[in-house]
Amino acid sequence: MELTTVWFVIIAGLWIGYFVLEGFDFGVGILLRVLGRDEPERRAVITTIGPVWDGNEVWLIVAGAMTFAAFPEWYATLFSGFYLPLFVILVALILRGVALEYRGKRDDLVWRSRMDWLITIGSMLPAVLWGLIFANLVRGVPLDTSHEFVGSLGSLFSPFALLGAATVTVLFVAHGAIFLALKTTGELRRRANRLASLCGLAAAVLAVGFLGWAQGIRGDAVSVVVAGLAAVALLAGLVANKRGREGWAFVGTAVAVVFAVASLFLALFPMVMPSSLDSAWSLTTTNAASTAYTLKLLTVIAAIFTPLVMLYQGWTYWVFRQRITVEVAP
Amino acid sequence: MDTLDLARWQFAITTVYHFFFVPVTISLVAITAGLQTAWYRTGKDKYLRLTKFYGKLFLINIAMGVVTGLVQEFQFGMNWSDYSRFVGDVFGAPLALEGLLAFFLESTFIGLWIFGWDRLPKRIHLACIWMVVLGTQLSAYFILAANSWMQNPVGFRYNADRGRAELTDIWAVLTNKVVLVTYPHTIFAAFMVGGAFVAGVAIWHLVRRPGVDTGAFRTALRLGAVIVIAAGAGVALSGDQQGKVMTEVQPMKMAAAEALYESEKPASFSIFTVGTLDGSREIYSVKVPYLLSFLATGHFEGEVQGINPLQHAYEQLYGPGSYKPNIPLTYWTFRLMIGVGMASAGLAVLLLWATRRGRAPNRLLVWLALPLPLLPLFANVFGWVFTETGRQPWLVFGLLPTSAGVSPGTTSSEVLTSLIGFTVLYGVLAVVESKLMFRTIRGGLAGTSPEPEPDGPDNADKPLSFAY
Repeated sequence: MELTTVWFVIIAGLWIGYFVLEGFDFGVGILLRVLGRDEPERRAVITTIGPVWDGNEVWLIVAGAMTFAAFPEWYATLFSGFYLPLFVILVALILRGVALEYRGKRDDLVWRSRMDWLITIGSMLPAVLWGLIFANLVRGVPLDTSHEFVGSLGSLFSPFALLGAATVTVLFVAHGAIFLALKTTGELRRRANRLASLCGLAAAVLAVGFLGWAQGIRGDAVSVVVAGLAAVALLAGLVANKRGREGWAFVGTAVAVVFAVASLFLALFPMVMPSSLDSAWSLTTTNAASTAYTLKLLTVIAAIFTPLVMLYQGWTYWVFRQRITVEVAP
Repeated sequence: MDTLDLARWQFAITTVYHFFFVPVTISLVAITAGLQTAWYRTGKDKYLRLTKFYGKLFLINIAMGVVTGLVQEFQFGMNWSDYSRFVGDVFGAPLALEGLLAFFLESTFIGLWIFGWDRLPKRIHLACIWMVVLGTQLSAYFILAANSWMQNPVGFRYNADRGRAELTDIWAVLTNKVVLVTYPHTIFAAFMVGGAFVAGVAIWHLVRRPGVDTGAFRTALRLGAVIVIAAGAGVALSGDQQGKVMTEVQPMKMAAAEALYESEKPASFSIFTVGTLDGSREIYSVKVPYLLSFLATGHFEGEVQGINPLQHAYEQLYGPGSYKPNIPLTYWTFRLMIGVGMASAGLAVLLLWATRRGRAPNRLLVWLALPLPLLPLFANVFGWVFTETGRQPWLVFGLLPTSAGVSPGTTSSEVLTSLIGFTVLYGVLAVVESKLMFRTIRGGLAGTSPEPEPDGPDNADKPLSFAY
C-alpha cells in the first residue's frame, strides 16, 4: 500500500478508536442524570467510566496530532474551517473533564449535582457536534482553490448534517446504555438494559437513514456493504441486549460504530475533505500529505507504539472488569 | 484589533494559563511517586498519608493541565492554519510522539493509580505512578523539542514549491542544541515549583495546627525545601548553558534581554535600566561589569552583539522591517525570572536553617514563606513570556514571520468569540480550582485506615468499590 493510503487508514483507525471508546463514555455521561436517580446510583454510573474516560479521550488528541503530522493541509483546513463547532467542543470537554475529576473531591450534594449537569452537557455537546462535523466532511464543504474553507457557520447546518448529529448522539447513548448494563448490577442494570433497547432501535432507524443518505452522496460498493454491516451489527447487539447477554451486546454496538465510521471514511477516500465548489479543489490523501520521509518515520513510530498502547489500555479494562454495585455511601 | 492580534492574545492567554498547571504537575507527580516509594520501602504510615494528600493535590492540578492542554493542540489548526501548513511536516512528528508515547501513558496509568489502590498489588500500583512520571517527562521533552525547533530550526529543508519546511532528519530535531539545554532548565524550574508547593503547604499546617501531624509535615517541609534548593542550583547551571546557546542561535533575544543597543566587548550585565519610552535608548542603569560577556559567551572579555547592529544585519538578510522584539517586555521578564527564582531559593535555605535539628518554624517565618509556592511559579511564567516574546517577530526563527502564520480564513469575530470564551472559562475555573485546592489543603492528612489487602485470593470477585 502507498504510504499516504496507509496514513489515511491509520487516521481513520484513530477516529474509529476514539468514537468506539469515548462514544460509550459520552453515552454514560448523557445518561448520568437519567439513569442515576440518587447520589449512590450516580456515583456508580460515573465509576463505570472513571478509570478509563481519560485514556479514551487521548485517542482524540492523538488523532489530531497524527493528522497534523501526516496531513498538515487537512489538519489546517479542518480545524480552521470548523472553527466555532470545535471551540464549543473544547469548552464542553474542558467542563466535562474538570467536572469528572472534581465531582468526588467535595462531600456536598449541591456541588455534585452541579458537576453532574456539567458532565451531562459536556458529554452531549461533543457527541452532537462530532456528528455534525463528520456529516459535513462527507457531504463536502466549500473549499477554494488553495484548499481554504470559505463557507459560513450557517452552511454547516444542512438537514443531512443535522441528521448526522442526531444519529451519532443517539448511537452513543445506546452504546453507553449497553456499557452501563454491562458494568452494573441490580435495578440500575435493568433500567440501563431497557433504555438501551429503546435508544438502540431509534439509533438503528437514524443510522439506516443517515448512512444510506451518506452513501447516496458519495460511496461505492465497498462502503455500502460496510454501512450495511454496521446496521447488522447494531441489530445483533440489540438482540443480545434483549436476551441479557450484555457483553455481546456491547460488542455489537462497538462493531456498529466501527463499521459506521469506516463506511464514512471509505466513502471519502481518496479525498480527505471534498470541496463542494469544485471537486478539483478538494483535499486528497496525496495533496494534503507530508513528505515520504515524515510518513515513513511516523509509520515506524506508530507500528511500535500503537500495539503497546492498546495492550496497556486493554489491561486497564481487564483490571476494572468487575460490575459496579450500588451501595449506600460508606 | 485584527485577527492576528487576537490570535496572538489568545495564544498568550491559553499558553500562560496552561503553564500554571504544567510545572506543578510535572514535579508533584514525581514527589508523590517518591513518597509512595518511601512508604513501600519503609512501611511508615506518614509516607502513605503524605502520598495520598499530595497525590490528591496533584490530581486536582493535572485535571486542569490536561483540559487546557487540549486547547493548545486545537489552537494550532484553528488560529494558525498557515503556520500548521508550513511546519506540519516537521513539527507534527514530535507532537505525534508526544501523543503516542506520553499522553496515553499518563492518562491510562493515572486511571489505574486512582482506582487501583485496593485492586492492584502494592508493587504494581507503585509502578503505575512511576509510569505517569515517565509520561510527564516524555511529554515535556517532545513538546520542548517542537518549541526548540521554532527557536532554532534544524533537520529540515525549505521546499519553495510547496512553501513549507520539510523534515530531513528527526534525530537533529530531537537533539537540537536548544532542546538539550531547555529541557533540563524547564524540568529543574518545575521542581522548584513543586518543592516550594510541598514546603509551603507543610509550613502552613505546622503553624496553623501545631501538634497535628507534626512529624509528617516536618518531613514534607524539609523535603520540599531541599528540592527547591537542589532544583534551584540545576536551574542556575542549565540557565547559564542556555544563555550561551541563545546568544549563539538567537543573538537578538540576548541583546533584547539586556537592552544592549550597541555591541560591547566586554559587556556588563545590567541589573536595572530605565530607557526612553520608545525603547531605543537607555537613560540610566546599574551594571555589573564583565558579567554579560561571561553569561553570553563563557569568557569575561567576549563580545556581545547589540540590538542596532543586529537589526542592520537582519535587514540585509531578510529584507526591510523591524526584527526587534518588545524590548521592555523581554528585558523585565528576563530579570524577574532570575530575581524571583533566586528569591525562592533563598527562602528555601532560610526554611531549612530555621527548622534544623527539630526546631519548630515561627510565625514570622510563615509570613515570609507564604508567597513561597507562588514565587517559582511566576518565575516559570516570566521565563516563558521572555523566551516566546523574545523570538518575535518570528514564529519560526528566520523562516516564518508571526504575521504569516495566522489562519487566513477565520474572521476576527470568530477569534474574538473564542478568546472571550476561553478567558471567561479560565477565570471561572481558576476560582473553582483554587477553592478546591485550599479546601483540600485545609483538610490536612486523612486519618489512618487499615489498608485493604490487595493480594488476597478472592479479591477479583469483590465488587469494585467507589473511588469518586
